[in-house]
Amino acid sequence: MYRIRLFAIRHSRSFEWIYKRLESAMIALDPVLAKIGYDRVERPVAFVEKCVKTVLFDCKMCGQCVLSSTGMSCPMNCPKQLRNGPCGGVRPGGFCEVKPEMKCVWALAWDGASRMKGGAQIHTVLPPVERNLEGSSSWLRVSREKAAHLREAREKRRTAIADAFPGARANEPSAAPLAEEPAQAVKGSK
Amino acid sequence: MDHTLPQPYSAPPEGHVSHSRLERVLRSGRFAITAELNPPDSADPADVYEAARPLGEVADAINATDASGANCHMSSIGISALLTRAGYSPVYQISCRDRNRIAIQGDVLGAAAMGVSNVLCLTGDGVGVGDQPGAKPVFDFDSLSLLRTIKTMRDERRFLSGRTIKNPPQLFLGAAENPCIPPYDWRPERLAKKVEAGAEYIQTNYIYDVPLFEKFMARVRDLGLDKKVYILAGVGPLASARAARWMRSNVPGIHVPDAVIDRMEKAEKPGQEGKKICIELIQQMREISGVSGVHVMAYRKEHEVSEIIRESGILASRKR
Ligand code: SF4
Repeated sequence: MYRIRLFAIRHSRSFEWIYKRLESAMIALDPVLAKIGYDRVERPVAFVEKCVKTVLFDCKMCGQCVLSSTGMSCPMNCPKQLRNGPCGGVRPGGFCEVKPEMKCVWALAWDGASRMKGGAQIHTVLPPVERNLEGSSSWLRVSREKAAHLREAREKRRTAIADAFPGARANEPSAAPLAEEPAQAVKGSK
Repeated sequence: MDHTLPQPYSAPPEGHVSHSRLERVLRSGRFAITAELNPPDSADPADVYEAARPLGEVADAINATDASGANCHMSSIGISALLTRAGYSPVYQISCRDRNRIAIQGDVLGAAAMGVSNVLCLTGDGVGVGDQPGAKPVFDFDSLSLLRTIKTMRDERRFLSGRTIKNPPQLFLGAAENPCIPPYDWRPERLAKKVEAGAEYIQTNYIYDVPLFEKFMARVRDLGLDKKVYILAGVGPLASARAARWMRSNVPGIHVPDAVIDRMEKAEKPGQEGKKICIELIQQMREISGVSGVHVMAYRKEHEVSEIIRESGILASRKR
């Protein structure tokens, strides 16, 4: 899948376009999804999302997809899972410090971003991943978040993260989520 | 005099974020000097003080490394606490490799309470290069989200959880940058991102390739970053051509140009030559616009670091 991932990054601009369309569709679907119940659609949508994104991006289902801010190079493939750019150990030729046979995920990311319309999003500081969202659907989260963008935040804790990383929330709300999470999407909740 | 413990909690001086001497020196426009202390494999405080003594005489702050190279030694927070007790000004290094957000935010408060006023936020080398490659890498934060988190704790007086902090940690926030490794074009942009995240000073990795560093600095100046962040250039003596080659292929993120290795090879006394190269580097760094100081490192050779700083003449020229 490494080859396909490289292909996706090379064509970051096209994938960015496709992703924007997908996002608009998801936002438009929010009322429908809310009616069916996000809890009910969580599992099936997450399954489809996983299949598609694993093939294309070597997706690790962190649940807080930020591909549009990382040149379409999935940062969860970085062995250190950095969310904000390359570490100080990148090898000559742009290879990874930890996995020398792989290109540095972040060298690829800046490269991908340079071809994207919204590539400047890569300059925004992203918060740490909320590990309890792992495995949940990012697409559904996007739809919830964008729809809830103006809605009042309910949980103080998550508001603090969103406040501390305001740029990230403006670019990709699901990186610092505020909307109410269905129980199915959060690990350890009943 | 330094702000050391035990001291009651008090507000930093006007226009400062901390009681740090390093911050004062940098803001006053003097050329700053920091040096790295290599932690002992020992629980004896005397071992820490022995290493600190030669550095304390020449440096504005002493960096206590945090299991650098993923090798286990005395902790950075332990060393920092010992140093403040003796009146030294430490830089508490925090690597994201070994601890999660709960541990780190707690340690930040603890360190500040112990009189620490400088932190350096680092990603950390992968566990694979260290002496315990089977360890679990944490990387809950990365260096930038860590910077932003401590800044939030300091300026907004709250944890990432939103809970309020009664008396916030007054810390001068630092980060590292490695100008001499790929992706070269993006390194200055990454520096900008670190400043955006909260970095107030930068200590770079070892620099041996001055032309490459100058190119980096030119871009940094174009972006106006030299006005927003203090940059301390990292330097250190090479021991021999062989050691340099070994470092280049075994230590992550070190770039030594062939010309430098050649020069070491041809030298009659490689140790002396390494020192000489380092002194020359310090003098060259001084001339580069936008460089606010140097950070001198040498693995377990604190006396040599002290000699290098003295012989470079920077102490005399800045009239303390
Ligand atoms: S070299 Fe790149 S991919 Fe590898 S750990 Fe560092 S940032 Fe991640």
